[in-house]
Amino acid sequence: MTTNPKNQRLLSGNEAFALGAYHAGVKVAAAYPGTPSTEIMETLAQFKDLHAEWATNEKVAMEVALGACYTGVRAMASMKHVGLNVASDPFLAAATTGVNGGLVIISADDPGIHSSQNEQDNRHYAKLAKIPVLEPGDSQEAYDLMGIAFDLSEKFDTPVMVRTTTRISHSKSAVKTSGKRPAEAKHPAFYYNVPKYVMLPVNARSQRPKIEKRLVELAEYAETSPLNQVSEGGKELGIITSGISYQYAREVFPKASILKLGMTYPLPRKLIKDFAGKVKRLIVIEELDPFLEENIKAMGITVSGKEIIPRIGELSARIVADAARNAGLLAGEPVKIAEVPGLPRRPPLLCPGCPHAAMFFTLSTIGQRAKLLEAKDNTPKEPEIIITGDIGCYTLAAYPPLNAMDTTACMGASIGQAVGMAKAGIGKKVVAVIGDSTFLHSGITGLVNAVYNQAKITIVILDNGTTAMTGHQEHPGTGFSAQGEAAPAVKLEDLVRGIGVKNVKIVDAFNMKLLRSAVKESLAADELSVIITRGTCAVRQPKKVNPRAIDAEICNACGACLRLGCPAIQKSGDKVSIDAVLCIGDACTVCQQICPKQAIAPLKKEMK
Amino acid sequence: MKKLDLLITGVGGQGVVLASDIIGEAALAEGYDVKKTDTLGMAQRGGSVVSNLRIAEKVWSPLITEGEADILFAFEKLEAARWGYYLKPGGIAIINNHAQPPLAVSLGKTAYPTDTEVTAILKQRTDRVYFIDGTKLAQELGNVRTVNILMLGCLSHFLPLKLETWREVIARYLPEKLHTINMTAFDRGRKEVRDGHL
Ligand SMILES: Cc1ncc(C[n+]2csc(CCOP(=O)(O)OP(=O)(O)O)c2C)c(N)n1
Repeated sequence: MTTNPKNQRLLSGNEAFALGAYHAGVKVAAAYPGTPSTEIMETLAQFKDLHAEWATNEKVAMEVALGACYTGVRAMASMKHVGLNVASDPFLAAATTGVNGGLVIISADDPGIHSSQNEQDNRHYAKLAKIPVLEPGDSQEAYDLMGIAFDLSEKFDTPVMVRTTTRISHSKSAVKTSGKRPAEAKHPAFYYNVPKYVMLPVNARSQRPKIEKRLVELAEYAETSPLNQVSEGGKELGIITSGISYQYAREVFPKASILKLGMTYPLPRKLIKDFAGKVKRLIVIEELDPFLEENIKAMGITVSGKEIIPRIGELSARIVADAARNAGLLAGEPVKIAEVPGLPRRPPLLCPGCPHAAMFFTLSTIGQRAKLLEAKDNTPKEPEIIITGDIGCYTLAAYPPLNAMDTTACMGASIGQAVGMAKAGIGKKVVAVIGDSTFLHSGITGLVNAVYNQAKITIVILDNGTTAMTGHQEHPGTGFSAQGEAAPAVKLEDLVRGIGVKNVKIVDAFNMKLLRSAVKESLAADELSVIITRGTCAVRQPKKVNPRAIDAEICNACGACLRLGCPAIQKSGDKVSIDAVLCIGDACTVCQQICPKQAIAPLKKEMK
Repeated sequence: MKKLDLLITGVGGQGVVLASDIIGEAALAEGYDVKKTDTLGMAQRGGSVVSNLRIAEKVWSPLITEGEADILFAFEKLEAARWGYYLKPGGIAIINNHAQPPLAVSLGKTAYPTDTEVTAILKQRTDRVYFIDGTKLAQELGNVRTVNILMLGCLSHFLPLKLETWREVIARYLPEKLHTINMTAFDRGRKEVRDGHL
């Protein structure tokens, strides 16, 4: 974050959101990590004159922000698109009570599913909750919009949703950060107001007309809001657009008239009608669902949208241009440039020295799963265990060579799914596998349920002491806060025992013998069992010494070590070797433990 | 310069994003509009990484259109081949002559493309394909991690940005104790191109 002659900085959308919120005087910010939203909190947490926290999950983050705003200070919660599913209950509650200090919720959608389990268009949530949603088109707008969002929230007594997408959050563009944090943030004070804050049916009913009135007033505001801008161009074609799609529209149609909506709900009926009246043909260019299109059509305005523009995945200038060519809006044929076929793919992998690998190798071999996709002898055996999975780095264990995951739905689902399968009478052992951050996020309630309903399943909690997948954020088990201060650490084994699990084992994640016996014993037990594997995330491992090497004299290239899927172990021709730069050495040694020929040992100094 | 679209590629952990940030800041410092967008998240785990960097008077979309990149700047050969189709006809490909085989290759399920194949793929788009022994040169300098800055030295020949700007931005992005070695690496890269060892 540095300045140039024009006094601009190259900021990502997420950095710009954080800075905008900071300059708008936000006092309390809560979030749970999730791509592409994570860096908003990471940036905010660097400031010391506000409270920034990683909450256990998005529902809690929303509730923290809501409580804070009731005291009159400005508060925000940020999360990825699916995070709002988790937080939807307090989100709708916030829309019902309204606010006191400004409350802004940032929802980061992931069109194209770069790093998520699904694709969804969260503008629908704003309509469901009857609150305004704002969408920036670049980092400058992301910065400017935060101040407006807080002002709107306070003026209209409503939470305001800011909807961003991967391409806005993770692109960098030039920003002039003109604002300054107000010298004195508001002092918190709470005023007893049962009709507003206690949503008994009688009070909730009396809020309903206020919500409808608020929506009408917001639509009125939208008519003249600086967020909605017309750039006059030719009369042939008019484009209504928002967010990143605006950039594609400008690039593809430099001469068209464009109505850029910075506030995409509620919509300015008159502004849109006037714009429509000035052009011969009107189209909507928007990513994902026909949200603007359907709302504009409902105004009785003729407009085309999704019959031209794709509704699945991200757009780009090329996709918009091709769609326009197909629809006869642009001259020429769609561009035909294709990827080069047949090149080896490079999917993400568990890291060398990942503490998850040994447990998955154990499950894979005990459960006859190593053979599932890779069987050389072509006689794959039935897997002996079913593994319900969860979301984190460890989801990568679903790929060969580990083949050690059968389901992944949403965060926390592994335990409930395992209970369901066991109760359905599947007749095989069911193992639920879940990461530490995910367990704290939404696995605890699943475990309480499993204990209560006496499900005879095995639950593996992979404790690598961090939220690795999203870039190593702290969580309630790590002993540190988002702002880097020491914090009490929740001990997973105490928590699990406290819930009532009797059969609990804590195992070194790199000790193959102990992992094997723990899994065998747990599977044999006629009761609910929990195994906690504990090992430092390889990325955070401070001591990477004595990389391992394979003695070519002893190795018979049986391939056992390759079944770990460790990126440091390579095979070229008939020779298996370990990349000494990638191997983390003493901290892992898993390949050494599984080598049937004992051909693996620390790399000798003179060989280096 | 009217517009310059740069596609920067490599493997997670090679410093692709840092290199892209440095070029972007340097262009911004000289008064251009800049937009850039990188693959993040899952790809950090050793996956394929690509950064779109666009420089012009005014940039709209942060994404480069396929077949329109002026420069392909690749830190690894397979990634150069993979993203080669983004190059415009006659564009420039600057490639670190370094192979990092993906797991599927190590497991013997598929083959890494030969140098001839990589060159042939790129030659379908352009004749201006330059291989640089970046990793080897950085090793000779005593720190293989300087390879991304060394490659920036090579690239700097093709961009209309001042030498002082490059140095100033590189210094801003790296810790002080790494300045000397990285400036040496940058100069080494420039020399490699200037002396025509291409
Ligand atoms: C509701 C929801 N919030 C956030 C995410 C993003 N996300 C995916 S996995 C994960 C946490 C992973 O941490 P952990 O369970 O500790 O596993 P690790 O990656 O460390 O192995 C997060 C935050 C998500 N997919 N869904």
